[in-house]
Amino acid sequence: MPGVAVGETVRVLADDPAAANDIPAWCRMKGQEFVAADGHVFDVRRTM
Amino acid sequence: MDYTGDPAGAPAYLDAATAAPLHPVAREALLASLADGWADPSRLYAAGRRAQQLRDAAIGVVAELLGVRPDEVTFWPSGTSAAQAAVLGGLGGRRRAGRGLVHSAVEHSAVLHAARTAEPVEVGVDRLGRLDLDAWAAAVRRPGVALASLISASHEVGTVQPVAAAAERCAEAGVPLFVDAAQTVGRAAVPPGWSMLSASAHKWGGPPGVGVLVVRKGVRWLSPYPQDDLYRPGPPGALGLPQVIAAAASLRAAVSEAPTEAVRLSALVDRIRDRVAATVPDVEIVGDPVDRLPHLVTFSCLYVDGEALLHALDRHGFAVSSGSSCTSSTLRPSHVLEAMGVLSHGNVRVSLHRDTTEADVERFLAVLPDVVAGIRTEAGF
Repeated sequence: MPGVAVGETVRVLADDPAAANDIPAWCRMKGQEFVAADGHVFDVRRTM
Repeated sequence: MDYTGDPAGAPAYLDAATAAPLHPVAREALLASLADGWADPSRLYAAGRRAQQLRDAAIGVVAELLGVRPDEVTFWPSGTSAAQAAVLGGLGGRRRAGRGLVHSAVEHSAVLHAARTAEPVEVGVDRLGRLDLDAWAAAVRRPGVALASLISASHEVGTVQPVAAAAERCAEAGVPLFVDAAQTVGRAAVPPGWSMLSASAHKWGGPPGVGVLVVRKGVRWLSPYPQDDLYRPGPPGALGLPQVIAAAASLRAAVSEAPTEAVRLSALVDRIRDRVAATVPDVEIVGDPVDRLPHLVTFSCLYVDGEALLHALDRHGFAVSSGSSCTSSTLRPSHVLEAMGVLSHGNVRVSLHRDTTEADVERFLAVLPDVVAGIRTEAGF
């Protein structure tokens, strides 16, 4: 994330069964925006 | 040459929610009844009558402590078998009402496995792990619901469920309620209003291998197993009478100690909640901070593998549990943590018991931050 500008979106590819739960939880804990999930694809927007 | 490594400190067992160490009263009762209560209580000779006396006394003690009639209490080979007998027998007894089974999303997996034999209707929980009562009320009113199942308090995060209110909603809908009270019995009172209840002796300091099932009078329960000619619910086969006697004796001891132990352990849990949040970066303390079990606390650490954390703590002498996927037999994250939407990664559950000392907790709190930091460094964070 440090290399991502505020407002930009990162696409995370993860087949870990915990990812669907833990990526949104990470966003909540770190104050970032969880945009969407589609299967093993997760989009996260840097907000701060 | 002498061994000069850092001493790990005295081992501290902090997984009472899985199995509490045997209460001294249970040990005493077990040894005495191994000598005295080995015969079959259904036989008509002196040794059988002695066993029957002991069995009836054990049933009487458990019934009194749970506030129910003796003929409503049966013993099972485990808490799991008692809980599954409640679900399957409750469904069987209400077959004409339908096959619907309403349950919270945070039930024990044993209950969820039994629920899958019927038509389960899951009711969600909030971020703290507490039941959505409005959704529960709507779910139990649906047509075809035979039974509802609610855990008394989460075995994974400690949040106490609104059992009395959920029971009222069930009563209004005419649906019997089963309460899995494994984490509550022996530590706190179970709210009234339920139709069936199960508990597990090794959670309160009794021996393993004893489950308790209470089926209230007037509740329809049909055995899921082939029955013999006995008139009350019960598992197939002979009772483990010495263990049952030890379970009853230790329940009396646990219940009498519960008020003071709850205060002592709850203060230690508060200390863990506060100190872990203050000393470990990127950690989430999960579950209700106030309306919770007195002895249990769960937290999740970002950028830490749960299995690595368990092993590292084990090396320092601490036995704890985890809901992270890498520590589970299914390699799936805990369904309880998922239902709450909290971090499942780097998860640790600490659960205390009567032998847990303030020094144990202090040593755990002293060791934990460096253990977490060490795993993060190894992983490149």
